[in-house]
Amino acid sequence: MKNISVLKEREKHIFQKGKDNFDISCEKKSLAGAVSQRACVFCGSRVVLYPIADALHIIHGPIGCASYTWDIRGALSSGPELHRMSFSTDLSETDVIFGGEMKLEKALLELIDKYSPKAAFVYGTCIVGLIGDDVESVCRKVEKITKIPVLPVHSEGFKGTKKDGYKAACDVLFNLINRNGIQKKVPQSINILGEFNIGGETWMIKEYYKKMGINVVSVMSGDGRVKDVTMASSACLNVVQCSGSVTHLAKKMEEEYGIPFIRVSYFGIEDTSDALYRVASFFKENSEILKRTEELVRKEVKAIVPGLSQIKKDLTGKKAAIYVGGAFKAFSLIKALKHLGMEVILAGSQTGTTEDYKILRGMCSKGTIILDDANPLELAKYIMEKDADLFIGGVKERPIAYKLGIGFCDHNHERKIPLAGFVGMQNFAIEVHQTVTSPIWDLVPRRLKKAKQ
Amino acid sequence: MIQKHNYTATQNACKTCTPLGAALAFNGIEKTVPLLHGSQGCSTYMRRYLISHFKEPIDIASSNFSEETAVFGGAANLKLAIENISKQYKPSMIGIASTCLSETIGDDVPMILNEMGSYAGSTALVYVSTPSYTGTHIDGFHHAVRAIVDRFNPVSKKAGYRPKHKQIINLFPGMLSNEDIRHLKEIFNDIKIEAIILPDYSERLEGPSWLEYQAIQEGGTPLRKIKKMRLSTKSLEFGSILGLSVKKGTESAGSLLEKRFGIRCVRMGIPIGVKATDLFFKQIEKITGKPTPEKYQKQKGRLIDSYVDGNKYISQRKAVIYGEEDFVTSLAGFLGEIGIIPVLCASGGKSGFFKQSLKDILSKNIYKQINVREDMDFTQMEEHAKFLKPDFIIGNSKGYKMARSLKVPLVRVGFPIHDRVGGTRILHIGYQGTQRLFDTIINALLHSRQESSKVGYSYM
Repeated sequence: MKNISVLKEREKHIFQKGKDNFDISCEKKSLAGAVSQRACVFCGSRVVLYPIADALHIIHGPIGCASYTWDIRGALSSGPELHRMSFSTDLSETDVIFGGEMKLEKALLELIDKYSPKAAFVYGTCIVGLIGDDVESVCRKVEKITKIPVLPVHSEGFKGTKKDGYKAACDVLFNLINRNGIQKKVPQSINILGEFNIGGETWMIKEYYKKMGINVVSVMSGDGRVKDVTMASSACLNVVQCSGSVTHLAKKMEEEYGIPFIRVSYFGIEDTSDALYRVASFFKENSEILKRTEELVRKEVKAIVPGLSQIKKDLTGKKAAIYVGGAFKAFSLIKALKHLGMEVILAGSQTGTTEDYKILRGMCSKGTIILDDANPLELAKYIMEKDADLFIGGVKERPIAYKLGIGFCDHNHERKIPLAGFVGMQNFAIEVHQTVTSPIWDLVPRRLKKAKQ
Repeated sequence: MIQKHNYTATQNACKTCTPLGAALAFNGIEKTVPLLHGSQGCSTYMRRYLISHFKEPIDIASSNFSEETAVFGGAANLKLAIENISKQYKPSMIGIASTCLSETIGDDVPMILNEMGSYAGSTALVYVSTPSYTGTHIDGFHHAVRAIVDRFNPVSKKAGYRPKHKQIINLFPGMLSNEDIRHLKEIFNDIKIEAIILPDYSERLEGPSWLEYQAIQEGGTPLRKIKKMRLSTKSLEFGSILGLSVKKGTESAGSLLEKRFGIRCVRMGIPIGVKATDLFFKQIEKITGKPTPEKYQKQKGRLIDSYVDGNKYISQRKAVIYGEEDFVTSLAGFLGEIGIIPVLCASGGKSGFFKQSLKDILSKNIYKQINVREDMDFTQMEEHAKFLKPDFIIGNSKGYKMARSLKVPLVRVGFPIHDRVGGTRILHIGYQGTQRLFDTIINALLHSRQESSKVGYSYM
């Protein structure tokens, strides 16, 4: 694309397999003025803790951060829905001058009285650190009065990247677990980490484990409850999805409680099966589990394969671009798309590590563009150059694809359709098929031009 | 008597923060990229919020504060951001808005920009101060519009010259929908008078499908026209709250031009409803000397006729209205005109003029039946509404939760519309916009009656 140039400082973040020979630059602060698709530390914390449905999530700062995160995710709850509320101390100019501690304390006491949450999380925003509010001491004070855990989340927006926000959230979860002491082990049990129950995905995955004979102690944080989290030390194994966000917690739990962890993904047939088999083999002393797992996988796969083959006919040879938050999700998506006969021509993530990009490089075919912390112009440039038929991303990527007449699949937290597990793979295939084969593309200028050529 | 709870916390805010309004206003200027001086998250969150309404790419750059930036000041980051935006986007203007972060550390942005000569190459740099802890998004919007006019019409350009032969009207519509802006353009086109509408995001934020990616979408008020605003014959500024606050000394875009260049500014509420639209056309006639085209007379005729046809379905019905104070005021005026009682008029804003503006627009009889609440969130609103038993609620899509819990229809208007398509295509103003609102409201009430009926007649 001649009309879009890439900033010099960004060149090392963009890699083309088979052409380039450098190590992709990543895990850096975003470049000022480059229009990164990333958010901030606060966002990282908020996404990890958000689905805990019986906790009070209060955002300490001016109103924006709370209003932008009000009920924006598809994280379902089977019971309380306090997580769908947006609470803010809504700091005004006088609070900024005189401090917001009193306001925070009063707000917490009133809200805890009104909603009776099982815990309260106080998210710090950019200016909280600057105005010198002692949030910790307010939390301690309120905790004493209300007798529920009241925990500060150190999520000041500018103090790092989204990843630091994940870490701050993990620290809060660990605090909740640790204050309950080491619990008696539950046999054949796991914690599900990094699973957020978007469109009910947690429920589907829990159902698989139930059928396998595995006990799920807690999910962090899909359909989450404070009490379940506090019991997490009683699990035998931590099964970690979305490793970018919760590996910190898994490592801490390994150090403190000796709970090992494995990294899995529940997207696509291969990865879902692999996840279930690995959990089964962890509990190999019970051979029944493996047997049940085999049976489950066979049954589930059999149920969706005919539909997928049908869909594959239309999608074979079509080209897909992927831009997601964590690179781990990109791995699964590449496999899932291959299953549908599609070729991945661009893969990128907001927060991938050097290790992640090495794996990504290994998985992609020659000519694939790999992007770290991309911006709208770079994404547009490469999806045009590579002539994508499908873009997988989130809300901010959607209009980039649509303006160019490219199909889109939402794989972010805002979506309402479950894409995890075997049924999720089917949903994914249907969604991709619907958008890629829509007749409307015949009317779009870019496609018209292509058709004429 | 309604129980009134005063909570310390804001629960489900009926507003958002100041820089968002500024970012939207900057999107209404040709070849402009908005830049927020603050943390990366602000830009990303606001992009998501705006994209979800407009369904268009909306790029907002960030100066991307880090811990060091917060300690040592944001000048270097701001300059780097400006440099990178210039390289990538080649804009004519960069609209810079501050955030709570940069304001709290006390960054002196005007000084930083002055050092740069207020330009980066040929890119004009325009700054607006929008600390997120004062005001709401609508204040950020108005401040940005004022800052743009100020930047391109400096005191030094004070010139006596004004072309007498051609009338040009400055029009500051406030935060209206794309369709509203298009309607205004149509009206001025029909009366053959040039209007400089500022801002105008109606093309930029609702354009066609592309052959090639556009770094900055086409459309927006051209800078060359903004630079000529000081030569226009008159200004027209929508917003009764804005009008009242100008009387108290606030400077708006219109009042700035009035003070600096003697361009008279006519202020009026947003023209929703027959009476308000009559006033609008009357003012246009007065300002331009041009009669209202027959087309609009006919629209008015049809509208009033439909008022008559539908009167029984709406008279004495009760509504809750919420949103920006100016928008709520004008909607209340329209509802009052057709006999609907806006039993609760609520806003997250707190200009201090909300009551006054509603008192001005409503008849005494209706005004005494309403509750006016500024600085209100959706949780308090819902608690109030439970006692008031409205027949429907009207406002942006953020009221859905309340509508669902009250089991009454939500008529979606204004900004944002996050749960439906077509939010940008809602026409609110003029006789035609009023007609659409009127039909939508009646149909929502009829639908609700039909749905809740045991019989479910398929006939009115």
